[in-house]
Amino acid sequence: MSDNLTLPAQQGPADTTTPETLLEVEGLTKHFPIYGGFPIKRKVGAVQAVDGVDLTVGVGESVGLVGESGCGKSTTGRLITRLMEPTAGRITYAGQDITHASRKQLAPVRSEIQMIFQDPYSSLNPRQTVGSIIKAPMEVNGIEPAGGREKKVRELLELVGLNPEHYNRFPHEFSGGQRQRIGVARALALEPKLIVADEPVSALDVSIQAQVVNLLQEVQKELGIAFLFIAHDLAVVRHFSQRVAVMYLGKVVEVGDRDSIYNHPRHPYTHALLSAVPEIDLDGEGEARERIRLTGDVPSPISPPSGCRFRTRCWKAQDKCASEEPPLVKLSGSREGHLTACHFPEEPTLQGRAQDVVMDPALKALEGDGAGKD
Amino acid sequence: MTTLTKTEDASAPTGPESFLSVRDLKVTFSTEDGPVKAVDGLSFDVQRGKTLGIVGESGSGKSVTNLTILGLHSPRTTTVDGEIVMDGKELITASEKELEQLRGNKMAMIFQDPLTALSPFYTVGRQLSEPFMKHRGASKKEAKDRAIEMLTKVGIPQPKTRFDDYPHQFSGGMRQRAMIAMALMCDPDLLIADEPTTALDVTVQAQILDLLKDLQQEFGSAIIFITHDLGVISQMADDLLVMYAGRAVERGSAREVMSTPKHPYTWGLLSSMPRLDSNLDEALEPIPGAPPSLLTPPDGCRFHPRCAYTDLVPGNQCSTTRPPLGDGRASACHLTAEQKQTLFIDKIQPRLR
Ligand SMILES: Nc1ncnc2c1ncn2[C@@H]1O[C@H](COP(=O)(O)OP(=O)(O)OP(=O)(O)O)[C@@H](O)[C@H]1O
Ligand SMILES: Nc1ncnc2c1ncn2[C@@H]1O[C@H](COP(=O)(O)OP(=O)(O)OP(=O)(O)O)[C@@H](O)[C@H]1O
Ligand code: SF4
Ligand SMILES: [Mg+2]
Ligand SMILES: [Mg+2]
Repeated sequence: MSDNLTLPAQQGPADTTTPETLLEVEGLTKHFPIYGGFPIKRKVGAVQAVDGVDLTVGVGESVGLVGESGCGKSTTGRLITRLMEPTAGRITYAGQDITHASRKQLAPVRSEIQMIFQDPYSSLNPRQTVGSIIKAPMEVNGIEPAGGREKKVRELLELVGLNPEHYNRFPHEFSGGQRQRIGVARALALEPKLIVADEPVSALDVSIQAQVVNLLQEVQKELGIAFLFIAHDLAVVRHFSQRVAVMYLGKVVEVGDRDSIYNHPRHPYTHALLSAVPEIDLDGEGEARERIRLTGDVPSPISPPSGCRFRTRCWKAQDKCASEEPPLVKLSGSREGHLTACHFPEEPTLQGRAQDVVMDPALKALEGDGAGKD
Repeated sequence: MTTLTKTEDASAPTGPESFLSVRDLKVTFSTEDGPVKAVDGLSFDVQRGKTLGIVGESGSGKSVTNLTILGLHSPRTTTVDGEIVMDGKELITASEKELEQLRGNKMAMIFQDPLTALSPFYTVGRQLSEPFMKHRGASKKEAKDRAIEMLTKVGIPQPKTRFDDYPHQFSGGMRQRAMIAMALMCDPDLLIADEPTTALDVTVQAQILDLLKDLQQEFGSAIIFITHDLGVISQMADDLLVMYAGRAVERGSAREVMSTPKHPYTWGLLSSMPRLDSNLDEALEPIPGAPPSLLTPPDGCRFHPRCAYTDLVPGNQCSTTRPPLGDGRASACHLTAEQKQTLFIDKIQPRLR
């Protein structure tokens, strides 16, 4: 890949026009059964990995999905790409209900929805060369690009910043970042319409990350590919996504356009997430920003808290939070399309939030206390 | 950490005082296409109770270096040269049996990829307990208690139930936390953390970083911390090593390297990083060009094909002569100290604001 991919990023907040809906997810649910008991195994409970997720992705739009690790982001991605069967809910792609579509019914859609996996190690077959890995989707779907498959693979390798001389190498000979680029090349091979990208850049160094983000941004714009972009790096998500959804323990707790989420977050969890982003200390003066440190255990998705699932770690929680589940709705003071599930949301402006800050870990560290010990 | 900062820790010179000392390390893989020089003349020290951060290009040899320290490279296809001394013990020449004694006990690693450390066939609990029983002679019960304690510390919900889960039943981030728990079971003297928090959300990441700092204070472990996240490094590392194509190109205290970086590659790294307040109308600025092939690495400075400042160095030195990395606060680049300073202030710093 070369520097000519340095395109300008999207201009301003992209919430002015609502693109045509490509993907619509309603009440999406996935429960993994837990078996126990002796001597006969029986179902004793379920991991409520995804529990009623609503989400839309417009044609050519990029939607970021962030949240606690284990909150069900990857599972949501796998359900949408139909790598897993949902327990309940509905997935509509381009107007077609694909929730329980059979292999055969799915065939035409398959090549249009691609996934880039979180784990660049386990998602690549160690016995196949890089060439055959990237070629595989074309073979499976019987696609013969102009100039042949091998030529296309070499172009893709170059596009993602790998050397075409790597064609005959095996995955174990590559570093983590290099493998992730193989995954990106494979996803692009079929010129999809929707890519579910599960942490596509988290294994990459910042320079290559910038290249891949610019590359994905270019394919998004030039080829009109829509993205569901799952990531932990909030700065990267901000750069890449027009809209952002925040998940906590199997549910979407806040969704909105980029500016609303980053500059006017209403859900306390979103606020905590943003404040926990480690910022680089460029002037050598030490940490200045105030920061919310969440205390308490991450609740179990096997028996999630009643009412609002965030309440066990929320500094604003009151009785109502335990008894009533807050709906995901537009709050007064929020922009159109900005939905929040919270009984006691943050103010729409960032002013007057100082009292929300629970603890400043930098200070605490100075005091020599073991911060973060729950 | 020693040699890096004369100012901060004057009582810690190079040599016997460092807990871990790596000298002129070279790791070469033989591949079908020829030898790959993954690490080529790398030296550094780590002090007890201190954290050395390593950042660098993906594929620059960070993981290979640390796998070599642990003796986890395949001896068949790998040639290792140089010196690795931990607590007075030479590791390169150590037998597999000696290394096995050290691994998971005196030194432990948190891998970039949890699936290489966790076997899919055994429960998480069993994988945590067994090394503890082996190294510490603990009973099954003691090992289980310890494992549950560690799973709790790293923030696994319901650790007693989760003890009996298999790794595939964990999310990516939970696997990472389980692996961290596994590495910490025996309070290692040297902990190598290879992107330990990449798969975690920022709130859990903050907890894990605190946990590592706490444990370091408690047990005085030396930590090598590898990450791409410059914000995390900024918080964790006492000293910093920047790697490019198998070599160290810059080192110093983390604070110095972040606030006054001296190597054009480090400048590129800092400039390509998106930040929460960066301007969205501008594309990210990756370093132009592609990472070098390690089969035929560039002569001279390995960064020269991608460097914007080679014209400022007289006589093509960049493409002919390897710039040395001096002692202490240093950068391996032919530019003069003044040039580095003016370039940084005039060209780079404005982009970081
Ligand atoms: N077994 C192997 N055979 C051949 N080459 C290898 C092997 N293992 C690693 N390499 C090569 O060695 C180089 C260094 O790899 P390493 O995994 O140390 O990179 P890294 O700095 O950890 O990168 P990342 O940040 O992407 O994890 C890479 O170019 C990789 O392709
Ligand atoms: N095959 C499975 N069987 C049982 N439980 C599972 C399975 N896959 C995932 N889970 C559980 O579902 C929950 C959500 O997992 P998922 O991988 O979707 O999380 P995630 O949001 O992607 O997390 P991360 O950010 O750590 O990758 C977790 O509690 C996990 O343990
Ligand atoms: S030695 Fe030359 S090529 Fe290398 S970083 Fe310095 S100026 Fe650039
Ligand atoms: Mg995941
Ligand atoms: Mg690595």
